[in-house]
Amino acid sequence: MGTYVPTTTAERKQMLDAIGVKSIGELYAGVPEGLHIGNNLDLPEGLSELEVRAAVTAAADKNKVFRTILRGAGAYNHFIPAAVRSITSREEFVTAYTPYQAEINQGILQSIFEFQTMICMLTGMDTANASVYDGASAAAESVTMCRERKRVKAYISACANPQVIQTVKTYCFGSDTELILVPEKDGKTDAVALASMLGEDAACFYLQQPNYYGQMEDASEIGEIVHAAGAKFVMGVNPIACAVMKTPFECGADIAVGEGQPLGLNLAYGGPYLGFMACVKPMMRRLPGRIVGQTADVCGARGYVLTLTAREQHIRREKASSNICSNQAHCAFTAGVYMAAMGEAGLKEAAGLCISKAHYLAGQMEKELGWKLKYGGEFFHEFVAECPCPDEVLQALEGNGILGGLPVEGGILWCVTEVVPKAELDRTIDIIREVVLP
Amino acid sequence: MKLIFERGTEGQHLSLMPACEVPEVKLRQTREQPLPLPHISENELTRHYTELSMQVHGINNGFYPLGSCTMKYNPKINEDMASLPGFSAIHPLQPESTVQGCLEVLCRAEKYLCAITGMDAVTFQPAAGAHGEFTGMMLIKAYLRDRGDTARTKIIVPDSAHGTNPASAVMAGFTVINIRSCADGGVDLEALREAVGPDTAGLMLTNPNTLGIFDRNILEITRIVHEAGGLCYYDGANLNAVAGIVRPGDMGFDVVHLNLHKTFSTPHGGGGPGSGPVGCKAPLRCFLPGPAAAEKNGKYLLVMPEKSIGRVKSFNGNFLVVVKALTYILTLGRKGIPEASENAVLHANYMMSRLKGTYDIPYGPFCMHEFVMSLEELHRRTGVSALDIAKGMLDSGMHPPTMYFPSIVHEALLVEPTETESKETIDDAAELFLRLFNLAQTNPGLLHDAPVSTPVRRLDEVGAARNPVLRYEND
Repeated sequence: MGTYVPTTTAERKQMLDAIGVKSIGELYAGVPEGLHIGNNLDLPEGLSELEVRAAVTAAADKNKVFRTILRGAGAYNHFIPAAVRSITSREEFVTAYTPYQAEINQGILQSIFEFQTMICMLTGMDTANASVYDGASAAAESVTMCRERKRVKAYISACANPQVIQTVKTYCFGSDTELILVPEKDGKTDAVALASMLGEDAACFYLQQPNYYGQMEDASEIGEIVHAAGAKFVMGVNPIACAVMKTPFECGADIAVGEGQPLGLNLAYGGPYLGFMACVKPMMRRLPGRIVGQTADVCGARGYVLTLTAREQHIRREKASSNICSNQAHCAFTAGVYMAAMGEAGLKEAAGLCISKAHYLAGQMEKELGWKLKYGGEFFHEFVAECPCPDEVLQALEGNGILGGLPVEGGILWCVTEVVPKAELDRTIDIIREVVLP
Repeated sequence: MKLIFERGTEGQHLSLMPACEVPEVKLRQTREQPLPLPHISENELTRHYTELSMQVHGINNGFYPLGSCTMKYNPKINEDMASLPGFSAIHPLQPESTVQGCLEVLCRAEKYLCAITGMDAVTFQPAAGAHGEFTGMMLIKAYLRDRGDTARTKIIVPDSAHGTNPASAVMAGFTVINIRSCADGGVDLEALREAVGPDTAGLMLTNPNTLGIFDRNILEITRIVHEAGGLCYYDGANLNAVAGIVRPGDMGFDVVHLNLHKTFSTPHGGGGPGSGPVGCKAPLRCFLPGPAAAEKNGKYLLVMPEKSIGRVKSFNGNFLVVVKALTYILTLGRKGIPEASENAVLHANYMMSRLKGTYDIPYGPFCMHEFVMSLEELHRRTGVSALDIAKGMLDSGMHPPTMYFPSIVHEALLVEPTETESKETIDDAAELFLRLFNLAQTNPGLLHDAPVSTPVRRLDEVGAARNPVLRYEND
């Protein structure tokens, strides 16, 4: 059996003597007699490190690692610079906890301050927090930020990622907030319907940009509709797309949130990722979670602390703006290192490659396979192509080490990122051609 | 220290992206706001973060007895296993047939956590302890709604509870009833009997509680709540004292959350990612978030619980954290899990015995995995507060205990040494505590000024909150 307890038998005896008891069992005297499970813990025998490595590796080997990934739908396979992996594996960052003792944790605090700054730069917003669990929970928390006494209804676009909608729905069930779905039209949010739906009791509207189908929404126009109704405009954005598209701030958003996974995090079967949240200044004190602020020490030296804690659960208990305590600090740290490594140019190049390569694949599907794109609007790096036999197509690709797009109603949702070479896109078309064109 | 934005020069960059080999396409509408991300060489980038890392105190830098946070050693093999491409490179929406290993990990971890907690099912969607609390509260809400029991709107929380408990209950739409603790630190049974009634949805309880005491009336407590028609929620923040020894399910709890980043040795990462799986008894199983991993005829698949509360997060929770925790459970096994708990309790009691007689330790005679000290008397006598003692530790390179929690103890320091520290480390720490106590009598001024050897000295927190500067401005 493996153990991480360093105490020897002799030391154990010394400790028991110092405490004044004969056995460790005496220390559990407060536990009612019948509750001890004794030897009945139903777990396997412990293992040596060599055996554990073999056992866990065997499980990993049962998964299929795809050479090429053409699927997104909320999790994106981007390039991660070697410097990011190397820097973020430094064990000081890995093994610390929330920086409650600021004087010996300036490194973590400063890295979060830098992350907050970079999220503000990316989204164009004024203020950001230190992260929440993921993009979906960030969307859910944004609804809470917008709720007011007479504004109690939340609206969300039907073109948002379904998992985000489901998560927001759960949180709304918790807070007894009515959540209303604004319908889709031609792959985008139906702006006319939205305008007719929002009333005086509307707290907010959530728009995803680019949306679930990859389409670029007319965000500025929608922002105006939302503000005309007196509600808050929340945008859920892809952070890579933010490098090139009109920013949430430029579109009039009050809050910008999103899934931070594209910023240097592994796909990791869904987590850990991070949710980022940024807002305009007047909403700053409504942000949930940790926030790092700049201050000075007693000698006037610049330093950083966790701040605006009067919003938080450990101070406010049942009156807190959110219950969040641990966030995804190390993931936020990773995203910060990624953004620093990529820089403005690198991030814009990656975004540009995504757009160009996605359009190349879409174009080849139209030209070479005769497929139609389901929606005609502008898109970023995802698109829905109509497909007569999605199962066969995806199976053929899988056999060739390619994870094809995600089957959705009326076709397949494809995603191309900067990591996929042109040759692989051409090979994809060739494989599909063999399936669909006899 | 320079911010990363203050390093480098325009024109410096890493060489990361290739030229575009397909016709270039651009968005019609592009951002006009500048994007002033760092311009920096790879060498300087690396140096910046190395410099930052030298101003971080992690477990590997030294003793970290942060009460209620369980800063135990984070085994390296766990990290190795989580970085296997067979886990880290898997897209969360891959077909089930291609993720059999991931689903196996989830199913096995569920089985083992059920064995440890005495629950019938576990979800891994919650990303942290507080997220688990919210999920657990939602299970209770859905269960009561399903029975048509809409009058049960109140959650009872002892005053010693973590702040997340009442906050989570409110997020799930409940009203919170706070009840006092009695002199020995346990739940006041009279107060509990008065609080329960036809409006009781449930009780949230941490046991051992935040004072480090196992509530000896636990069976009576859960009976009172059940007889009133409510459910019992176990906050697993302190399970590390009793894992493998007693099970929350046997104590009478219906729903539990665990902190894999506490009890199961996964790293805290500077404040996350954690993982807060939630377990429940069979009657609540159908309300769990989904889809969840399940096994059928030797194949693993994802199924949606029949009356699921829905999702609390995208995809499958903080999956890699689950891989680390599973690695830990497999390493320790059926004997190692209780051994870890027992030694956590032994170490805490030993450290407490070294400080007893000098520091005021209001609860006892024994503790579980952590103990609380009150510096109220010292503060009154010398003017040296719990904060001053904590800051004094920083100059000696030790991370202080949790300060001013639980809030029902004045000038509290909550000390949790954990099982992975050696007697030598604990002895050194105890000596330091005793030296600082002496210093408080002889030269309190030194402690008021502490720390003096850290990269920065005491920081102006009031000023930070009053005039928030939450980002770097280039002007």
